Amino acid sequence: MSHVLSLLVEDKPGLLTRVAGLFARRGFNIESLAVGKSEIPGLSRITVVVDVEELPLEQVTKQLNKLINVIKIVELDPTQTVEREHMLIKVRVDNTTRSQILEAASLFRARIVDVATDAIVIEVTGDTPKVQALLRVLEPYGIKEIAQSGLLAIGRGSKSITERVYKS
Amino acid sequence: MSTESNPATVARPAQPVRPATPKQIDPLVLTGSGAILKSLEHLGITDVFGLPGGAIMPFYDELMSSTSIRHILVRHEQGAGHAAEGYASSSGRVGVAIATSGPGATNLVTAIADAHMDSVPLLAITGQVFSTSMGTDAFQEVDIVGITMPITKHSFLVTRPEDVPATMAAAYHIATTGRPGPVLVDITKDCQQASAPFIWPDKVDLPGYRPVTKAHGKQIQAAAQLLAEAKRPVLYVGGGVVRAQASAELLELAEKTGAPVVTTLMARGAFPDSHEQHLGMPGMHGTVPAVLALQEADLLISLGARFDDRVTGKPSEFAPDAKIVHVDIDPAEISKIRVADVPIVGDAKDVIADLTIAYAAAAQHAPDTAEWWVRLNQLREQFPLGYDEPDDGLLSPQYVIERIGAITGPEGVYAAGVGQHQMWAAQFIKYERPNAWLNSGGAGTMGYAVPAAMGAKVAQPDRTVWAIDGDGCFQMTNQELATCTINDIPIKVAIINNSSLGMVRQWQTLFYNGRHSFTDLNTGHDTVMVPDFVKLAEAYGALGIRVTKKEDVDAAIKLANETNDRPVVLDFIVSRDAMVWPMVPQGVGNSSVQYAREHAPEWEEE
Repeated sequence: MSHVLSLLVEDKPGLLTRVAGLFARRGFNIESLAVGKSEIPGLSRITVVVDVEELPLEQVTKQLNKLINVIKIVELDPTQTVEREHMLIKVRVDNTTRSQILEAASLFRARIVDVATDAIVIEVTGDTPKVQALLRVLEPYGIKEIAQSGLLAIGRGSKSITERVYKS
Repeated sequence: MSTESNPATVARPAQPVRPATPKQIDPLVLTGSGAILKSLEHLGITDVFGLPGGAIMPFYDELMSSTSIRHILVRHEQGAGHAAEGYASSSGRVGVAIATSGPGATNLVTAIADAHMDSVPLLAITGQVFSTSMGTDAFQEVDIVGITMPITKHSFLVTRPEDVPATMAAAYHIATTGRPGPVLVDITKDCQQASAPFIWPDKVDLPGYRPVTKAHGKQIQAAAQLLAEAKRPVLYVGGGVVRAQASAELLELAEKTGAPVVTTLMARGAFPDSHEQHLGMPGMHGTVPAVLALQEADLLISLGARFDDRVTGKPSEFAPDAKIVHVDIDPAEISKIRVADVPIVGDAKDVIADLTIAYAAAAQHAPDTAEWWVRLNQLREQFPLGYDEPDDGLLSPQYVIERIGAITGPEGVYAAGVGQHQMWAAQFIKYERPNAWLNSGGAGTMGYAVPAAMGAKVAQPDRTVWAIDGDGCFQMTNQELATCTINDIPIKVAIINNSSLGMVRQWQTLFYNGRHSFTDLNTGHDTVMVPDFVKLAEAYGALGIRVTKKEDVDAAIKLANETNDRPVVLDFIVSRDAMVWPMVPQGVGNSSVQYAREHAPEWEEE
């Protein structure tokens, strides 16, 4: 089963290697990874999606917690979380397919960010099912290339994982 | 909660060495090298083991003028690493090993991994090439921070001299608090050469590192309740009790509860062997009473132990009827192998003391363990530790080791290599105090004994320190005999010379149809004896004696104990057919423990 972990980490060299290494050591495959700065200077936020059972997940979470540069780990409950992926899709087009593809893109509220005579690049943002659905629709036209961000996730409501980080 | 501990006071050294931290008014300007040295002095470090090379030369230049730090020049960096481990394990103080970049640093890797497995507080300081050359495959460049990431508690790269004091303080803090372990500080040569104000931090505050030491009261209550109700409890004691210096607390808990105690390989000495509640060592080569006590228990109180595969055998068949109270300072150990019914995160010293108090309140009357003790005493009577004299007329290795322990006594320090001799040293030497038994338990590093004994002797110069070694192990690190002779570190080495990689040979005998593939070392009886260990000892300036007859064993050990002007190497020519018993074959449940070979059924592949 897939779990979404949100890690608050110190922005130090080698940090990503340490985190990724722990997953690798246990033979867990990281499905997706997104790294960026948090709102606190010097701290970054890593969102990891990993497919693993409950008990080994607990073990890897504890191991991650042992890393000196990892400040906090939260497993995000999918029902209480906003999740987004970002994808750029390059689709083959010709005069007969262009309008159908543009229509599909607009149905998914995706944007056209580059146009050439024989291809267009579509930018889409959404949760995983939405992005996958658009991909399925575009597939028959010929997908030349995709570039995808890791899943970004944030808890709903006013609580924040950076709360009380430096006050405790 | 905050971990605002002063780095100079966080450890619990057996022999405190804590110079007060002077308040700096006008900060001293020091080179990075000077800052490393000054930091070590602030941390109360008095002994370091190392070997210089290009990228650490600026630091060595400073070190030469230190009056408070004794540097011991080893012959191989692995020796520095194990010496620092032996120093730490025998004294409770942090061990320090120093090496240059590249191969110097990689030679420390085995010792760092060893310290990581056995939770030894180790500070490894390595030189690194100029920061401007990093990543260019410069001469003697390796990414030692990267290499040691999975085998250190933490590792630092320092490129600026102003970062040296805070990094050294943090490294020491991390190595010595919580679950101890190795920390590596890699310092570039330009950092060592450049200058900056030396500002020693008042406190170490690492937001991502706050080990829990005091356990949750509710959990302690729950554990006490289980203990009060248990009919067949066992205190399953691991190395954490030694690291936490919690032996006195353990003794009180054991005596208050009347529960039997088993001490794992890492915990030998944490509870006196002479105590009547002690059943001995559990595990693959544990005593039958200890192994079966765990199997038949209804409650295990695991104290600083980690359910290692060498203890549990097949985990799904381990202690099938037992509820588990798991006490560990490292939350990641709890429920890693066996799900705990009562998990307790905390320092063994505090938790055991709290548990003893809670137990006294919870137990209205003494728990009824009489029936349990009848069973355990029956096992002890039926299956005492023992051995047969070999029928080839050669020395019995168990006898030799037993005599070393008996003649030297419990105040000695015993460091073992890895293999048969290690198991016999764990079984047949009687340990009465913690920190007397040093060995490579988790990593199983052959070659640990000689340098570890050397480190222990430096930490505890008044104790008699033995390296109980095998002929295979000894050949991996015996170059440190030179270090011992030159630096006046008179250790005793007993080579249990069975002319082979004995433990591998035992497995070949038992599980590979007696096909002894490449385990013959030709050092012992009826061989060319290459090398001749007596001549080798003499070449190193040590006293070398070969012992082949039982009647000469005691005299040789006594002579070794009396010789303190140089190291001693005793070459005991023992039978190669002696085997370690009892034994639980790998991959089966512990109920299949075999007392001796005659009691063994046909074994499947291991």
